Amino acid sequence: MTIRTEPMTVNVGPQHPSTHGVFRVRITFDGEEIVEVEPVFGYLHRGTEKLAEERNYVQIVTLTDRLDYTSSMINNQAYCLAVEKLLGVEPPPRAKYLRTLTAELQRIASHLIAVGFFVQELGALGTPLMYGFRSRERILELFEMLCGARITVSYMRPGGVFADAPREFWPALDRFLSDFPGEFAEMEQLLLENEILMVRTRGVSPLPPEIAVNSSVSGPVLRASGVNWDWRKQEPYDAYDAVEFDVPVGANWDNYDRFWVRMQEVHQSLRIINQCVAQIEPGPVRLDLPLVLRPAAGREAYGRVEASKGELGFYLVSDGGIAPYRCKIRSPSLINLTVIEHLLLGWKLADMIVSLGSVDINMGEVDR
Amino acid sequence: MYGLAMVKGLLVTLKNLTRKPFTIQYPEERAEQHPRFRGEEFVWYEERCTGCASCAKYCPLGIIKIVTSPSETALPQGDKYRLEVFDIELQRCMFCGLCVEACPYDALFMGSGFEQGQYSRQDMVITIDQLRQAEKHPSTWFRPQLEGYAGEPGESRRQPAATEGESRLTYNPRGGPPLGWREVGRESWRWHRREKAGMRLETGPTAPQQTPATGAGGETAGEVPGKDDTIDDMTAGKP
Repeated sequence: MTIRTEPMTVNVGPQHPSTHGVFRVRITFDGEEIVEVEPVFGYLHRGTEKLAEERNYVQIVTLTDRLDYTSSMINNQAYCLAVEKLLGVEPPPRAKYLRTLTAELQRIASHLIAVGFFVQELGALGTPLMYGFRSRERILELFEMLCGARITVSYMRPGGVFADAPREFWPALDRFLSDFPGEFAEMEQLLLENEILMVRTRGVSPLPPEIAVNSSVSGPVLRASGVNWDWRKQEPYDAYDAVEFDVPVGANWDNYDRFWVRMQEVHQSLRIINQCVAQIEPGPVRLDLPLVLRPAAGREAYGRVEASKGELGFYLVSDGGIAPYRCKIRSPSLINLTVIEHLLLGWKLADMIVSLGSVDINMGEVDR
Repeated sequence: MYGLAMVKGLLVTLKNLTRKPFTIQYPEERAEQHPRFRGEEFVWYEERCTGCASCAKYCPLGIIKIVTSPSETALPQGDKYRLEVFDIELQRCMFCGLCVEACPYDALFMGSGFEQGQYSRQDMVITIDQLRQAEKHPSTWFRPQLEGYAGEPGESRRQPAATEGESRLTYNPRGGPPLGWREVGRESWRWHRREKAGMRLETGPTAPQQTPATGAGGETAGEVPGKDDTIDDMTAGKP
């Protein structure tokens, strides 16, 4: 005989401890199965786009730090690329390399968090996350050396970076580059072929490439769905055309692949950093631009980067004033969240948070 | 076959059992603080400040309040305003350091502290008297002269990792004695950028193609020739 069950609506968040930030989702369960998903956004809305309209072009750099606070450097980079397009200038080569290098360091830090939280949501409370944090701490220390802050870096400026790396940065970076592969290999030994992890994530919540492309999903989520699409390859910005790297692509489209793609991207980031360190030449790091920039009226530009979570774009419109007329932010986390229904429907309660973790959202960026 | 995963996991655990903890016990031990760290206790040198309020204009949050009145004394290099109010609302400050970047006279530095908890919001406002009396431990954020750069841009390029002495921090904001305004030095304008706050884009051989593309400050370009020399004269007096 079958037990008759009634659908039950459960509210997760906005401050549920295992969600990523203040994310709220209303889920209707039939027994343990998810039948309806309704995400509710906006709990961290700070009006970044509106704030940007009344700040000048350099001041907005400080706002971009706070979008995706686990990858501030990449946010800086996206915004600065947009402003440079708007002005029609190009930063000096050394600045390009410094940007690429710091962006890749930040990508490693962000992926370590993503992987750590993904595993934590499977029930590995703390340990792999803390291994990730241990390595991330080294990266944040490098950032503190570079620009005096760990999270809210504000390192880049339109036309380059604010200052050259200090002397002690390069030996410290070398120490990090020699230590980190060992630390990361330990994480890989713990996680990558772990049966428990594979049983829980293999084949769970697959995202077919058609749906991924139709929903404008980007970043590791798209690549895990088998689509070879990386803006660093498609449209190289900064120094990415001078470095070699591979784009890992998933074959099974599932939660495990999303986790695996991130683990592989850390290796590729390390490759890029090593090449940057080998190729970087002395020279100026910032263009001679005035502190208060005034792009010509009517110009508009869209600057995009491959952020750690996907395509991050800034669309700027200038009216000739010191502040942009409009600043639209295309944040990868928000767009990636739109497939959450596809990922969750028909799956069990225990897989819900795991799938959410595999998308790797950041609420600072979703709500802006 | 769950056993193998368990064994592999435990091997990592065993490795970490024998290691030194990565964390430090904060109030007793302290992490190494880097000289560029942007912290509280803004360092302000009244002798250099002209009251131009560039910092207040450039602050993204508008938390710096400056009230000035014209002074009667005429200094050799030019007049300056007398400052009456210089309030920094620290509770809203996000320590981006743009005020320091905007200061054309190297009068404002970021501090290097991070332990200034207060019980009320009013106490979080740094007043001009506090700024005058505070111990000056400036950060090297945007002040490369404190980092001891050799001079030309790109001079601080990649160092070989073998030299042990180079990896040591050259300037420790918390360690040394407080620095007076004569000690902190002036940023040489040849190091970084020729113009700072209030100055417009200069059309020179260094930046040939920018002015037509940007349309930025084209109308006042070329207004400031020879400004560099004046500033270097001002720095000549430093020890």
